[in-house]
Amino acid sequence: MSEQPLLRARGIRKSFGDHEVLRGVDLEVRRGEVVALIGPSGSGKTTMLRSLNGLEMPDAGTLEVTGGPSIDFSRPVPNAQRFALRDRSAMVFQHHNLFPHMTVIQNVMEGPVQVRRVPRAAAEGRAMELLGRVGLAEKRDAYPRELSGGQQQRVGIVRALALSPALLLFDEPTSALDPELVGEVLTVMKELAEEGWTMVVVTHELQFARAVADEVLFLDGGVVAERGAPAQLFTNPREQRTRQFLHRILHPLD
Amino acid sequence: MDWQLVADSFWPLLRGGLTGTIPLALVSFAIGLVLALVVALLRLASNPVVSWVGRAYVSIIRGTPLLVQLFVIFYGLPTIGVVVDPWPSAIIAFSLNVGGYAAEVIRAAILSVPRGQWEAGYVVGMSHARTLRRIILPQAARVSVPPLSNTFISLVKDTSLASLILVTDMFRKAQEIASFTSEFMVLYLEAAALYWIFCTVLSFGQDRLERKLEQYV
Ligand SMILES: Nc1ncnc2c1ncn2[C@@H]1O[C@H](COP(=O)(O)OP(=O)(O)OP(=O)(O)O)[C@@H](O)[C@H]1O
Ligand SMILES: [Mg+2]
Repeated sequence: MSEQPLLRARGIRKSFGDHEVLRGVDLEVRRGEVVALIGPSGSGKTTMLRSLNGLEMPDAGTLEVTGGPSIDFSRPVPNAQRFALRDRSAMVFQHHNLFPHMTVIQNVMEGPVQVRRVPRAAAEGRAMELLGRVGLAEKRDAYPRELSGGQQQRVGIVRALALSPALLLFDEPTSALDPELVGEVLTVMKELAEEGWTMVVVTHELQFARAVADEVLFLDGGVVAERGAPAQLFTNPREQRTRQFLHRILHPLD
Repeated sequence: MDWQLVADSFWPLLRGGLTGTIPLALVSFAIGLVLALVVALLRLASNPVVSWVGRAYVSIIRGTPLLVQLFVIFYGLPTIGVVVDPWPSAIIAFSLNVGGYAAEVIRAAILSVPRGQWEAGYVVGMSHARTLRRIILPQAARVSVPPLSNTFISLVKDTSLASLILVTDMFRKAQEIASFTSEFMVLYLEAAALYWIFCTVLSFGQDRLERKLEQYV
């Protein structure tokens, strides 16, 4: 794997007021790789993920995306670079954020048709193909509120896929779901990983991270406290903090 | 009660309503809404000067009586050489007025759309302006319907003030017939009844519209 990474973030820093949420985070993602971000609440996982597509503008650090911009956040970022950055990735949100006034198929086609100027028929064909793959073809004309949480989240994934992004970003896509609906979403994500999509996933689903991720980053207090292959990090963590965190998640009643 | 007079004056009054009151309200409301959207966006602008302009406008409109605004335009402007006819004066004054009140409604509606909707727009590649147009405003419009309907119903009643700057609306017709026959009570009660019917019909339409939109979102 000497290939240049798809994304390389260096020294990402971000403060909200005088609360320093990210204190120099490095992250590299190679093409086809799945990186999982885990860590306690408030450790900066969401902020880091949102920094990768410019929803959050870090105060310092650099971000290079193959086929996209090279950004130095310590300087003002021109709008053109922000757009170029957004174009390389698509995000699946914790609360799906589907457009409530549009049907499923309209949600999926909105980006391709309105922004990418894909002809309607082609966009619709692709949208239906993607919806079919997550088992929601027959929901094409439903409104988001008519779907279950798991179905909504799968539409959210399809909306992201329809943009054909180089990089898929997931922010705890299952943490707002009823437990019995988590599986259907994780299954879709696992299939995407197997198909070779490049993904950065913030998650509390350690089993999923272990099965799917190529690399796991444990974020704590705005720094990467430990990183490694899941087999190593989950079974034999080097850091005391990692061990405590894993213990709290795996044995919450102790 | 002089029922013959009621019957004789009914059509002139109704005609005044259909050719004066209603068109005046509709045209002013349409222009006022466009203005309100602009003012709401000014108020939401991140540039403090721009947002201050929007706030100042709303403050002036809401802090001064509508009748005074009408008189400034119709009787005041000619003294500095700007003569505006009754109808245009009325439309200008009512549009500016709706612009001030509806701006606050639209602004609140835009703010009520969750932040995540903006972000979802950005994530599918849209600019700020396109997200506003395609994602935010359609949702804000639904939230705005009930309060804007109220604004419109108030406007229908407020247009009676235009009779004071010589617009031939329903109330001016009533005034004319009343002073001619000296039957003030009959004519003004009749006008009141007609306004009430207009507003009741509009409230009914408002209910139906709201129920329809509820199914939507
Ligand atoms: N827009 C913001 N304004 C102010 N503070 C913020 C903002 N966004 C995040 N924070 C703060 O930054 C810290 C890190 O937030 P972040 O959402 O990145 O954590 P997280 O690791 O994703 O946590 P969780 O597991 O609870 O989602 C938190 O203390 C949060 O309150
Ligand atoms: Mg988070």
